[in-house]
Amino acid sequence: MKRVRLSYPYVFVWMPIFIIAPMLFVLYYALFRDGHFTFEFVKQVFADTTYLGAFWNSLWIALATTAICLLIGYPVSYILSNMKKRTAALVSLLFILPMWMNMLLRTLAWKIILAKWGQLYTPGAVLIATIYDFLPFMILPIYTTLMKLDKSHIEAARDLGANGVQTFLRVVLPQSIPGIISGVTMVFVPAMSTFAISTMLGGGEVVLLGQKIEEKFLSGSPGVIGVGSTLAIVLIILVIISMIIMNKVEKNNGTEGGTLW
Amino acid sequence: MKKTIAIVLAAVMAFAILPLLAACNNANTVNLLNWGDYLDPELIDAFKQQTGYTVKETNVTSNEEMLIQLDQDDCPYDMCIPSDYAVERLIAKGRLAEIDYNNIPNIKYIDKDLLEKCEVFDPGNKYSVPYTWGILGIMYNTKLVDEADLGSWDLLWNEKYAGQIYMYNSIRDSMAAALIKCGYDINTDNEAEINEAADALIELKNKNIVQAWLTDDVKDNMVNEDGAIALVYSGDAVWSMNTEDGGNADLSFFVPEEGSNIYFDNIVIPVNSKKKDIAEQFINFLLDPENAAKNTEFIGYSSPNTEVAELIDEFFTGNPAYNLTDEEKARCEIFRDLGDKIEMYEKAWDRVFK
Repeated sequence: MKRVRLSYPYVFVWMPIFIIAPMLFVLYYALFRDGHFTFEFVKQVFADTTYLGAFWNSLWIALATTAICLLIGYPVSYILSNMKKRTAALVSLLFILPMWMNMLLRTLAWKIILAKWGQLYTPGAVLIATIYDFLPFMILPIYTTLMKLDKSHIEAARDLGANGVQTFLRVVLPQSIPGIISGVTMVFVPAMSTFAISTMLGGGEVVLLGQKIEEKFLSGSPGVIGVGSTLAIVLIILVIISMIIMNKVEKNNGTEGGTLW
Repeated sequence: MKKTIAIVLAAVMAFAILPLLAACNNANTVNLLNWGDYLDPELIDAFKQQTGYTVKETNVTSNEEMLIQLDQDDCPYDMCIPSDYAVERLIAKGRLAEIDYNNIPNIKYIDKDLLEKCEVFDPGNKYSVPYTWGILGIMYNTKLVDEADLGSWDLLWNEKYAGQIYMYNSIRDSMAAALIKCGYDINTDNEAEINEAADALIELKNKNIVQAWLTDDVKDNMVNEDGAIALVYSGDAVWSMNTEDGGNADLSFFVPEEGSNIYFDNIVIPVNSKKKDIAEQFINFLLDPENAAKNTEFIGYSSPNTEVAELIDEFFTGNPAYNLTDEEKARCEIFRDLGDKIEMYEKAWDRVFK
């Protein structure tokens, strides 16, 4: 049996029902009202600056989360990849361990800590908890690429007279770019659409695009769901744009893709 | 690798189908769509012992989710407990079955005055039976708030308590407080009035009077004394004050003198239920004074049952948030289903939460 066949259920059943159809529904709700085509919701979303704040909040939280996760995650992955295999396995388990716990519980724990620090219901609170929740998604892909890195390349660089910094910048870093790109994608995309953390820790002071969408959909009124759908489409377009940019960066580096983990 | 992915996907798909299978139920089970922690599970056991029927509960967190579930032709539920305006919409859409009161003799225990109020959204009480009720009001900490400042909605705008006030992160509720403060009706569809109320909420944000806009967390934060004043429903206030349930004895509650919103959560039977008679039997069971009293002590929300006050703990009957007076009731109004006019509220709310 060809292995390709194994993907048939996914391609012909799962994707149309659970991915394509919902997207079409969202598009329909954004462009139709009571069965009639309308630009009403699109106008409402783009006409004034009402949703600009939520858009901006989502963007800077996602960018800051990604940048900080990368700053923390890369050195951690690098250190992990240089450890003995068994120690590395144990330490990386420690990073994955919190993920075994429900995300809402982890966020609830942060609520208590942040309240003690007097930082609850501030943008900083949302940022810290988002970083905490997404950090493993940055560490794991980078760690995996660094693990696969051929150690003889490093030895060769050292033999040829490169110092530690040069070796890192010219040998290790370029080869780990696919991991960085996976990590950045896996942190940035969900961080852009997250809403649970800011609902719990933002206290209405930080409103993200994801929260606005949730609020609009839960209202249940067709005219309001239309606005929510349009916002959801805007978010999808933003995510697609960021994926395209990420792909470009990967291609320009001339490395092969497909190393998600 | 691909094989593994395919197997994982197949497993995920199998799990996705499970809920569909669960909907196929047997003849002795009735399905109840309810809020979380909103029915004493011991009553479900007692009902099963008495009649042999099993009540299976599914929980949701908002009226809107209930509306979506009940708005389907193949709705698997036999009972649901939506709030007033949701009942109104369900009746308008023809989604509810008329209740046969011959099967519910215990309706005699329900307060006539409250039944009359319910006629606002359910004329003739044809489709719904009151389950709990309450009033939107202000909970405060007696140690932290001066008695002289109490009484009015203005307390929520009092700069003296800046940073200690919680508002409800829910459009209709926070807007109701603002509308009444501005002197308007909570069901208004006048855009200028709605905008003025939204401006009052923006003032709360700009002056940093409100510490946070929350939902369920309000209760915990008030119990922990992280804040001093909160906009809450009376039922939630009762819960927060109940020291036997981890509450705080320094909390109290009042209904502002300008009036407020009175709400009802009523039991309804979806029109397509095939077990209407069992559902009615269960409703009758819930209205029995002993059972209603037990349930009330579990939920903490005011019961419309006239016999319950005699049977429940003094904590409830002596509590200003449980034992709401006739005079307080008279000051309050029920939320009406606004239909498409809710869009005006949404737009105004978007100005508050940019």
